[in-house]
Amino acid sequence: MAIEEKRLILKYADQEGYTNDIDCYIKHGGYEALKKGFQMKPEDICQEVLDSGVRGRGGAGFPAGMKWKFLDRKSGKPIYLICNADESEPGTFKDRQIIHKDPHQLIEGMLCSAYAIQAKLAFIYIRGEFFEGYKILERAIEEARAKNFLGDNILGSDYSCDIIVHRGAGAYICGEETGLIESLEGKRANPRIKPPYFPAALGLYQCPTIVNNVETLCDVKHVITMGSKEFANIGTPGNTGTRIWCVSGHVQKPGYYEFPCAGVTLGELIYDVCGGLLPGRKLKAVIPGGSSSKILRADERFKGKKKDGTEFDWGIEDIPMDFDSLSLVGSMSGSGGVIIMDDSTDMVEALANINYFYAHESCGQCTPCREGVPWMKKITTRMCSGGAREEDVDLLKSIADQIEGRTICAFGEAASWPVQSFIAKFKDEFEAKAKEQALLRKQGEDTAKETSLI
Amino acid sequence: MDLKQSTLDKIDQLVPRYPDMRSAALPLCHLVQEDLGYLSNESIEWIAKRLELEPINISEIVTFYPMLKTAAPGRYQVRVCRTLSCALAGAYKTCKQFEEAFDCKVGSTSDDGLVSLEYVECHADCGRAPVVMVGEKEYTGVKTDEANELIEKIKSGTVETE
Ligand SMILES: Cc1cc2nc3c(=O)[nH]c(=O)nc-3n(C[C@H](O)[C@H](O)[C@H](O)COP(=O)(O)O)c2cc1C
Ligand code: SF4
Ligand code: FES
Repeated sequence: MAIEEKRLILKYADQEGYTNDIDCYIKHGGYEALKKGFQMKPEDICQEVLDSGVRGRGGAGFPAGMKWKFLDRKSGKPIYLICNADESEPGTFKDRQIIHKDPHQLIEGMLCSAYAIQAKLAFIYIRGEFFEGYKILERAIEEARAKNFLGDNILGSDYSCDIIVHRGAGAYICGEETGLIESLEGKRANPRIKPPYFPAALGLYQCPTIVNNVETLCDVKHVITMGSKEFANIGTPGNTGTRIWCVSGHVQKPGYYEFPCAGVTLGELIYDVCGGLLPGRKLKAVIPGGSSSKILRADERFKGKKKDGTEFDWGIEDIPMDFDSLSLVGSMSGSGGVIIMDDSTDMVEALANINYFYAHESCGQCTPCREGVPWMKKITTRMCSGGAREEDVDLLKSIADQIEGRTICAFGEAASWPVQSFIAKFKDEFEAKAKEQALLRKQGEDTAKETSLI
Repeated sequence: MDLKQSTLDKIDQLVPRYPDMRSAALPLCHLVQEDLGYLSNESIEWIAKRLELEPINISEIVTFYPMLKTAAPGRYQVRVCRTLSCALAGAYKTCKQFEEAFDCKVGSTSDDGLVSLEYVECHADCGRAPVVMVGEKEYTGVKTDEANELIEKIKSGTVETE
C-alpha cells in the first residue's frame, strides 16, 4: 500500500488498547484543549476557528467560524449548541466511529465550542438506531461530570455547561438542521423556512443556536490544541484539516479512511487504500459524498478552471478528495460517503434504490417534494419490474427539475440531484431498458427480470 | 398504565432537564415503548398528560417517526438495511432469506409472533454491509451464511438482542 492515512480525528480510535473511557482519554492528553480554551477569551476561540478555515463536515461544507459569527448575541436570549449526530446520509459512517470509539473527543470538542459561543446548554441529537452509541455517550457524559469537565463551574472557570443526549427515532429529515430543531422541540421534524429561521438567529426555542456535525466539533478541539495556523497547514487553502472518507460498495476493503483534504485522489482511495475493485470487475461509477451528491461516471473527463485561474483536466481517478475539487467536477464532498459501483451495477436499479429512500423520507410539507419524490420512485420501480417506457427518462428529469429550488429545505435538491445526474450520465441505460422491454413485450415474453437493488 | 418503577424514575429525572417540557416528548415515547413494547392510545394519553400536552401532540410524532410503534411487534424485531451500499452487498437477498425462513413478508409480523421483519434505511455502517439489526443489536456483513446462522439463533431463542 503506497498511501498512508494521516489521522487526526481518528488518531487513537483503532489503536490497540485504546478504550472509550475517560481515563484512557486523559492518558492520551484528553481535556487539555478544554483547559487551554479556558485560558482564552471566548471571542478569541471563535476567531481561531474562523482563521483555521474549518468547514462543516455534515454536508454543506460551510465554514464553522463564519456560522458562529452569525450568532445573534444582541437578543439577550440564551444560546444553544447542538451536535448533529443524526448521521443518516446513505453511505456515511464516520460519526459512528467517533461516538463509539472516542466519545470524549466529541464531548471535549463540544465543550470548547459551547464555551466559545457561550452556550450554557448543549445537545447531542443522536439517531435512534444508535442504541449502543447512545449508551456510550450517556456514560461518557457522566464520567466527564464526575471529573467536573462538565456541569457547574467547570474546572473553577466560572463557566457552566450541561450536555443532553437526545435520541431521534428513525427519520432522515432530522439530519436537516431546522428539522432537527423541530424534533428537539418535541414535534414532527418539519424543516423551517430560511429566512427567517436561520438557527444562528432563530433556532431552538426561537433562540440563537449553532448546529454542527460531530466531526466538525471534534475539529474545533484540534484547532485549539494546534492553533489555527498549524491546523490550516493541513490540507490546502480553503480545504483545511483532514476528512474521513467512508468508502462502501464494490471495493475489496470498504471502510473509513482519514486523510488531509486533497491528500488523496479518488483513484488512490479506490485502488491503493481500498485494495481496488472486486476480481474481474471494472469501475463504473462513484457517488462521492453521500447518496444526495451527483454521481460521477468512470469514463468521464472533467475539465475547467479552478478558483485560482489554473486549468484542470482530470479523469475520475485524478480528482483530489476535498471540498472544492469535488464541487469543480459537478458534485460535492457532502458527508464523505463514497459509494463505489462496478460494471455489474444496473444503474436504473441503483437509482430506483435511491429514489425509494427519498420517497420514504420526505417530511411531506412541500407539494413538489411530497408528490414528486414518490412519483420518481414509482417510475424507477416500475422500470425495474418490467414496465419501462421510452418517455420515462424525460418524465423523470422533468419531475426532478420541478422539485429542485422549489422547496422549504434542501431535501428537495438532495432527492433531485441523483435523478438528474443519473440521467445526465447514464441516459443510454435508461433508454436501453425501455427498448429491451418493449422488444420482449412484442415477442410476448416476460419483461420482468430479477433485480438485486430494489 | 403499568410502567416499571425504573421507567418512572428515568422519566422524572429527564423531564426537568429540558428548558421546555415538550422537548421530552420523543424521549418519553422511547422510554414507554421500551417498557411496554409499543405505544397504545392509553400510553399516548399518559405521555401527553405527563407533559401537559394534548394527546394529538404525541400522536402526531408517534405517526411521524418510523421507530415508534402503535402495535405490538414480534418477539424479535429484525430490521434489514436496504439502502444502496447494503443493497450492493446483497441486502435484498438476505432479506428474502429471512422472509422464507420465517414465512413472513417484509413489513409484517410472522403468524407465530416470533419475528417482525422490516426494511430500514441506511444505518450508518455501510462499510460492513449488509447490516441487520435484531432488537438493539447490530449484525454486520450478513450475507447468505451469516443470515442462515442468524436465522437459526433466532429460531432457537439464543440470538443476542442488545
Ligand atoms: C436532507 C438533509 C439531511 C441532512 N443530514 C445530516 C446528517 O445526518 N448529519 C449532519 O451532520 N448534517 C446533515 N445535514 C446538514 C445539516 O443541515 C447541517 O448543515 C449540518 O449539521 C451543519 O453542521 P456542519 O456545518 O458542521 O456541517 C443534512 C442536510 C439536509 C438538507
Ligand atoms: S423539501 Fe421535502 S423534506 Fe424538505 S421541508 Fe419540503 S417536504 Fe419536507
Ligand atoms: S446502506 Fe446499509 S448501513 Fe448504510
